[in-house]
Amino acid sequence: MRAPEDNSTPDVEKGRKARSRMIALGLILFILTVYAVTILRIGGNIWDRP
Amino acid sequence: MSQAVPTSAAAGPGPYFALLKPRVMSLVIFTALVGMVAAVEAGASLHPGLAVVSLAAIAVGAGASGALNMWWDADIDRVMARTATRPIPQGQVPPSEAAGFGLLLSGLSVALLALASNYVAAFWLAFTIFFYVVVYSMWLKRTTPQNIVIGGAAGALPPVVAWAAISGTAPVEAWILFAIIFLWTPPHFWALALYREGDYARAGVPMMPNVAGEASTRRQIFAYSIALVAAGVAPFAAGFGGYAYLAASSAFGAGLLMLAWRVLTAPARSKDAAKQLFAFSILYLFALFAALLVEDLWSLYARA
Repeated sequence: MRAPEDNSTPDVEKGRKARSRMIALGLILFILTVYAVTILRIGGNIWDRP
Repeated sequence: MSQAVPTSAAAGPGPYFALLKPRVMSLVIFTALVGMVAAVEAGASLHPGLAVVSLAAIAVGAGASGALNMWWDADIDRVMARTATRPIPQGQVPPSEAAGFGLLLSGLSVALLALASNYVAAFWLAFTIFFYVVVYSMWLKRTTPQNIVIGGAAGALPPVVAWAAISGTAPVEAWILFAIIFLWTPPHFWALALYREGDYARAGVPMMPNVAGEASTRRQIFAYSIALVAAGVAPFAAGFGGYAYLAASSAFGAGLLMLAWRVLTAPARSKDAAKQLFAFSILYLFALFAALLVEDLWSLYARA
C-alpha cells in the first residue's frame, strides 16, 4: 500500500489554499452567471405578473 | 536552469487551467465568435449578455474535452516531446482528478449553454465533446492514420454550435465554416507530423507519415490543400462572404497552395517546407475568419 502523502509542508498548504480559492471563485462565478442568465431570459416579463 | 515542478499536492490552479488547452480554447473562442456574428448578420438575434455567456460555455466545453483528452492520452503524452510537459505527465494533476475536472466542466458547460441559448446548441456542444473524447481520443487516434481527418470534425464544430446558439438552427452557412476547418485539419496536422514524425512513432500513434510514408503524406497534404482553398471561397459563393473576404481567401489560399506545393516537391526528409506550411496554415485560418468577422461587423455597423 502507498504511504500517505505528507500534507504538512508549507508548499502543500499554499497549493491547497490556492486551489480552494479557485474552486470558491468558480462556484461564485457560476452561481452569478446562472442568476444573470435567468434574469436576462425572463427579460421584461419580470414585471408582468399578477 | 530548469525549474522544479510542484507535485500534485503542492500545485496551484495553474496546471488545472493548462488541462483546458488554453491555446486551443482561444482558437475555439475566435471561430465560435465568427459563427455568432455571421448568424447575427444573417438576421438572427440573441441578447448580447446571453451571447457572451454562450461563448464562454462553448469555450469551457472545448476546454473540458481537452482535459478529458489529456486524461485518456496521459500514457502517450509522457513519451512525446511536444506533450511531455503537460500537467499529468509532470505529476502536477492526478489522472483521476483530470477526468473528474473534465466531466464536471463538460456537464456544466452544456447545461449553461442550454440555459443561455437553446437545446440545439447544447446538443451540438455535447456532441462535439463526445466526438473529441470518445470518437477521436479513445477510438480513432491509436487505430487509424485517418485519425485527424475524421477527428477534425470536433475542432470544426464550434462555429456550428455558436451559430445554433444565436439562431436555434444550424444552416448550410454554418456547415460551410465547418467544412473550412475540417479540410484545414489534415494539411495542418500532417505538416506537423512530417517534422515530428519520430515523436508520434515513439508513442505508437499511427500518423499518416509513419503509416503511409512521407511521399504519400505530401501528396495528400497537397490534395487537401486544394480542397481547402476551394472551400475557402465558398462563403463568397454562398453569399455570406463579400469581396474583402474573397480577396483575403484568394491571397492566403494562393500562399497556402504555394507552400503545399513546396512540401510536395521538397527533397526527402527535408523538414523546412513542412514547418513553413504548418505555421502558415494557422495564419490562413485566422485570416479567413478574421476577414469574415470584419466584414460582418462592418455590415452590422452600417445597418445600425
